[in-house]
Amino acid sequence: MSKSHIELTINGKKVEALVEPRTLLIHFLREEQNITGPHIGCDTGHCGACTVEMDDMSVKSCMTFAVQADGANITTIEGMANPDGTLTALQEGFREMHGLQCGFCTPGMITRAHRLLLENPDPNEDEIRNGIAGNLCRCTGYVNIVRAIQYAAEKMKESPVQEAAE
Amino acid sequence: MNDQVKVDEDRAERVEKLQGMGCKRKRVEDVRFTQGKGNYVDDLKLPGMVFGDFVRSPHAHARIKSIDTSRAQALPGVVAVLTAADLKPLDLHYMPTLAGDVQAVLAEEKVLFQNQEVAFVIAEDRYIASDATELVDVEYEALPAIVDPFKSMDDDAPILREDIKDKMEGAHGPRKHPNHIFEWEIGDKEETDKIFAEADVTIKEMLVDHRTHPSPLETCQSVASFDKITGDLTLWGTFQAPHVIRTVVSLISKIPEHKIHVIAPDIGGGFGNKVGAYAGYVCSVVGSIVLGTPVKWVEDRMENLSTTSFARDYHMSTELAATNEGKITAMRVHVIADHGAFDACADPSKWPAGFMNICTGSYDIPTAHLSVDGVYTNKASGGVAYRCSFRVTEAVFAIERAVELLAQKLDMDAAELRLKNFVKAEQFPYKSALGWEYDSGDYHTAMNKAMEAIGYDDLRKEQAKKREAFKKGKTREIMGIGISFFTEIVGAGPSKNCDILGVAMFDSAEIRIHPTGSVIARMGTKSQGQGHETTYAQIIATEIGIPADDITIEEGNTDTAPYGLGTYGSRSTPVAGAATAVAARKIRAKAQMIAAHTMEVHEGDLEWDVDRFRVKGLPEKAMTMQEIAWTAYNSPPPNMEPGLEAVNYYEPPNMTYPFGSYYCVMDIDVDTGVAKTRRFYALDDCGTRINPMIIEGQVHGGLTEAFACAMGQEIRYDEMGNVMGASFMDFFLPTAVETPHWETDFTVTPSPHHPIGAKGVGESPHVGGVPCFSNAVNDAYSFLGAGHIQMPHDAWRLWQVGERLGLHN
Ligand code: FES
Ligand code: FES
Repeated sequence: MSKSHIELTINGKKVEALVEPRTLLIHFLREEQNITGPHIGCDTGHCGACTVEMDDMSVKSCMTFAVQADGANITTIEGMANPDGTLTALQEGFREMHGLQCGFCTPGMITRAHRLLLENPDPNEDEIRNGIAGNLCRCTGYVNIVRAIQYAAEKMKESPVQEAAE
Repeated sequence: MNDQVKVDEDRAERVEKLQGMGCKRKRVEDVRFTQGKGNYVDDLKLPGMVFGDFVRSPHAHARIKSIDTSRAQALPGVVAVLTAADLKPLDLHYMPTLAGDVQAVLAEEKVLFQNQEVAFVIAEDRYIASDATELVDVEYEALPAIVDPFKSMDDDAPILREDIKDKMEGAHGPRKHPNHIFEWEIGDKEETDKIFAEADVTIKEMLVDHRTHPSPLETCQSVASFDKITGDLTLWGTFQAPHVIRTVVSLISKIPEHKIHVIAPDIGGGFGNKVGAYAGYVCSVVGSIVLGTPVKWVEDRMENLSTTSFARDYHMSTELAATNEGKITAMRVHVIADHGAFDACADPSKWPAGFMNICTGSYDIPTAHLSVDGVYTNKASGGVAYRCSFRVTEAVFAIERAVELLAQKLDMDAAELRLKNFVKAEQFPYKSALGWEYDSGDYHTAMNKAMEAIGYDDLRKEQAKKREAFKKGKTREIMGIGISFFTEIVGAGPSKNCDILGVAMFDSAEIRIHPTGSVIARMGTKSQGQGHETTYAQIIATEIGIPADDITIEEGNTDTAPYGLGTYGSRSTPVAGAATAVAARKIRAKAQMIAAHTMEVHEGDLEWDVDRFRVKGLPEKAMTMQEIAWTAYNSPPPNMEPGLEAVNYYEPPNMTYPFGSYYCVMDIDVDTGVAKTRRFYALDDCGTRINPMIIEGQVHGGLTEAFACAMGQEIRYDEMGNVMGASFMDFFLPTAVETPHWETDFTVTPSPHHPIGAKGVGESPHVGGVPCFSNAVNDAYSFLGAGHIQMPHDAWRLWQVGERLGLHN
């Protein structure tokens, strides 16, 4: 199959690659770029385990072709931590509030919550629940995920952080 | 400050530093998971690794007339195509199931359920493998399918399992029909029948616990790597029971067990889905043996929902007999169990219907009889314990619905009826009519606490008012109060009655203290999100006084971990948790000898104080565990082996019996069928609590899965055996929006036979939650004469109830 040339930024790093037109972004990231934080939970766009940031939007990378990411700026969970390597308020919040169990949904969940808080730094519980409705978690029952996001929102009010990889 | 206060403060500080049992220790696992650094099977990449994908049957029942793989083999990038014809010479076209049956790895002459594995294509990448599956030409002759388990044993039913059609003696006794798997029976039939014949009041209802699926967010997957030079096989996979997988792989591949290295890395949820052995595991192994390169198999979601391990599908004819005053005198249950095309239930071998005989529940029912008929149908095999101990969700659903139906018939309050029939605190250990010995419980206290917390009496008053208003046409909303009071049976189990393929269901812990006083411990269990790396360390910390942060817990590598039966049926805390405590105590006993020798006193002159041994009466004379560890290696007492480590294989003397009292308040719009959970209150008693934060998390998760099962989740088939809705588009997994808010509470009744008194909690909320939701729905409609409403209670079905009752006119 003929391949297309793409150029994009992943977690702040310029990447060039040849990809088949049908290669999904999630497979490109996981198989070719060794970025295994985003997971595959359903292949149908329902679970959100594969969520990444693409040009300031939360995107389900199993529903996106790699060629669509040509020229894009992509951030995954691997690009979320603070520049000094410490955990962000969200990552810390998930740990403090026990917002994860098996951890499989967590990279997508945190990536999604990151965007949610950038767009709405002070969400109420309903807004949080609706904001993460595209991300399924089989383990936690969501109560503690909501608490984790609230924890991060509080903490970020005290010391707002810059958007990652920008 | 006086000396005593000082000592106490110092002690409190040291206790806090340990992060031992009872504290809300933050999870060790989260540091990697929150950074995307978990290590799941599909993250694994090996040089030369190729990918396998299945060709699956479009039919539920069909004869295979021919398989032609030539077009697939010709596709560039395809390295092999396996069919039953390739596996047969190796005797690998069938594999043994945990239930004593065999299951086709790749279908030979017939397919028996839709999406059954027919061929395994291996290619250089997963896209090519997937392309090639479409190039395998299979010719089928469709046969009539059996979908309704009640028709399996009809005289004119098509015979499904031709491979065993003449074998009228199954793994669990005689078979009555070629589509019959087993009949299992327990209790006193004669006496039960007699009590029913003479009873004041009886109820009888067909209660269906419908087919569903555990669907963890990560599907089943494996990577097999066979080294042709050394003959070693390394198998990574999503295994809840890695050691059992090693033994099974050895039995079926004939590779000696010491040459097999099974590794379960991080697992993205299990809930029973990852206990069994699947065709994909076997094919990745065979593929790697044939090719000499690593082979990866990753299930997609549709494959997961439609092939690997459904749960439930129990059709339970349930009866209770009682006096006019509401004393239950007998229970009689007959189950038709739909096991699909192969009997691949993951139950302990002697228990073909799991622990269904816990169905007398929390009540002192003097006499009971239970019989179960397992049958084959043209559906996927399985019958796993979806977030419960074996068939316990089914059992609790039966008794908790039946009690409600009895209350209705007696015109008695459902809570009052329960209180009247509970096993009393002074009756423990309690022997149930169907053979269990409940270890401990205080049901009345738990129930009363829950009723008070939820404001039960006021809720009933509110409901009465609402019902009046509804009858007068003032509202279209009805209100349901769901109650469930469950007793679980977990921690399998004592070897006298629990084994899997002959392996007794012990579990194990090995603890090794390093000279500088830090620790590595390994277990026979395997976490899938339960936080074992955190909680086992807390047990050890409390037992031997070394901070949990200095303790590494390792699981899942069968080369290094002691043999264990794995994690399911809430057995980790009851069995491996006990092994951990016992191993730790062995270490402490040796430490005491070392301390006594070093400080030149008798052992009896020492007392344990959080993290050190002190000489009684000379409080400043002490040795910390760290000092003892160094001494153990470098200057142990004469004649004592150096080192400080211990192993324990723990054989539990009994199961543990967690219990709980749940309440659900629900409002249902009769015109739309939409049900809203206003409140859900869950009181759990899991004995001693190791980490309250993790317990609460487990309860939240279990309740959410209960909510899913009761309120919509289902694996459905049409009459031709086509599986309906095997994707997340149709299969109900609640999002944060639908999921109710959970309120949790607890009482503590330790298990008397467990070294630390813990009983296990991960599955209680699911077991207790399902009937609680269903009772809430049924309670809402009961005043309209609805009769028993079957699960799942999604809006479409509840709307139909409204139609049936003429509420929409
Ligand atoms: S894998 Fe992309 S949404 Fe589920
Ligand atoms: S933590 Fe397991 S799916 Fe969310």
